[in-house]
Amino acid sequence: MNRFLGFVRKEFLHIFRDYRTLIILFGLPAAQIMLFGYVVSTDIKNAGVAFLDLSKDEITVKISDKICSSGFFKRTGDLIDYNDIDRVMKMGNTKAVIVFENDFGRNLMSEGKAEISIIADGSEPNTATLVTNYLTAIITDFNREFSGSSASLSLSVQSEVRMFYNPGLKGHYMFVPGVITLIMILICALMTSVTITREKEFGTMEVLMVSPLKPVQIILGKVMPYFFLSFIDVIIILLLSWLVFDLPVKGSLVLLLSESMLYIMMSLSLGILISTVSGTMQQAIFISLVGMMLPTVLLSGFIFPIENMPVAYRWISSVLPPGYFLVILKNIMIKGTGFFYVWKETLILVLFTVAFIGLSVRNFKIRLQ
Amino acid sequence: MTNNTVISVRNLVKKFGNFTANDNLNFEVFKGEIFGFLGANGAGKTTTIRILSGLSVPTSGDALVAGFSALHQPEEIKKIIGYMCQKFSLYEDLTVRENIMLYGGIYGLNRKLIKERTNDLLEKLNFGAYGNKLIASLPLGLKQKLAFSVAVLHEPEIVFLDEPTGGVDPVTRRQFWEMIYETASRGITVFVTTHYMDEAEYCDRISIMNEGSIVALDTPANLKKQYDAESVEEVFVKIARPPIPHKFVLKQEE
Repeated sequence: MNRFLGFVRKEFLHIFRDYRTLIILFGLPAAQIMLFGYVVSTDIKNAGVAFLDLSKDEITVKISDKICSSGFFKRTGDLIDYNDIDRVMKMGNTKAVIVFENDFGRNLMSEGKAEISIIADGSEPNTATLVTNYLTAIITDFNREFSGSSASLSLSVQSEVRMFYNPGLKGHYMFVPGVITLIMILICALMTSVTITREKEFGTMEVLMVSPLKPVQIILGKVMPYFFLSFIDVIIILLLSWLVFDLPVKGSLVLLLSESMLYIMMSLSLGILISTVSGTMQQAIFISLVGMMLPTVLLSGFIFPIENMPVAYRWISSVLPPGYFLVILKNIMIKGTGFFYVWKETLILVLFTVAFIGLSVRNFKIRLQ
Repeated sequence: MTNNTVISVRNLVKKFGNFTANDNLNFEVFKGEIFGFLGANGAGKTTTIRILSGLSVPTSGDALVAGFSALHQPEEIKKIIGYMCQKFSLYEDLTVRENIMLYGGIYGLNRKLIKERTNDLLEKLNFGAYGNKLIASLPLGLKQKLAFSVAVLHEPEIVFLDEPTGGVDPVTRRQFWEMIYETASRGITVFVTTHYMDEAEYCDRISIMNEGSIVALDTPANLKKQYDAESVEEVFVKIARPPIPHKFVLKQEE
């Protein structure tokens, strides 16, 4: 046992002595959380809108004030004619222009309807969609108030959309589970495969193999520090998302942490498998990044919903473990469901782990002969 | 097998698919001996060392290493041998002391003993000042000497050295061989492969391998007499021709 502990200690020394490893281990998760939290925000806050008010009456002023006081938009300008629209859009900070038709107020009072055009900057389709949705919502809201106050009889049926689980449609709800999924596979699979191939490349693996340490002890000793450190990472990410973005864990924390451990073990065994098929560190890095990172980002449902993918991609995505963990995380963190709702995904992760370990042992034995 | 035989190889065969790396080897190595294991690249030396050190299982035949069977007790063998390979085997990002502590621990020495031996070792090598330096900061010669000292730190029965002096300057090589002599005089058997023929002259006995078989085994002096050669190098060139590639053979037959 002392043999083993000394060996584990050495692995910790490697990690703490290499600032690059430390950055990946602790800097990266924090940076990712901040990055996704603030930069890749899918919320609208103070988006610039300009107004082309051809009517300039009491009602148009009311509507534009309502839009600007909503907190989602800020006024970037008042235009005089249609030619200004293109100019103000090109300046970049105006995401949409709202056009009130001539005699807007009078038409509304006399005929009961008037026209507003929303012209959005389509060069950023996502933002454009969000902006128009928000604007439509505000105008619909105004519509209701207006018809209410003028006591008109024409009660129109208003559809009301409510977002379950994520009422504010906050982007954080989406990306925190995604970042955990991504970071864990990165740290566990990449770092373990690199640390094991490093021993091979430097020739120290040979010496370890000749030593009384058993192969299992060598692999466990190399992997164990990463298990602890990744687990600490999970906790750091959860703390950060709770403290900075107010994202609560709705379900059981114990279940969440246990599932994380399972996912870490799965990723570690994947890392071991990668190390058995790669002879050099470059190879290990390449396989981990191209083989795991990219598919995780693109196909796990982290950014693009799996349901919208072509069938072929959905197939690929179904054999990638991260997607299952993402489902588990979202269920526990956001919906607050219990084990009963995620047992299938859990079982799949267990199967992946067993398969990866089995394949590694097989590869290892082939190499020894 | 006499009392002072530490390695006894009997009908050892190792095949990889159709390729026979070790073809029916038979030899013995005695206690406290410096045994030179020579052969051209690809002659099968590394395969033999891997079997003798418990890393690889023989296809047929067996070898007794310090009384343990390479076929059945490789784990026991691993405990009583030392090993130093072609590639440098210490960790560059650990200090001298940490490396010694690590390998001492792996071989089951307790902390106190490791500390004692570390201090002895540092003193012996005039290394005192280097104890807490990272290995990466040491010159190559020192590293090689240190790697050797670490390989024999646990006082093994046998130490296997696989081309230990590759890329080392002549002065350091000389010092390295002094260390080997000193080790052998303590009763530790040294099993060494090398490409330097002058080093082969320093060995008590040498064996020369060619295409998986041992084609000569005796003291350097006897071999030189037998092959009527001035030096071991001449002996080596006479008997260990590199294998002729098959393509070439086919062409000649045409």
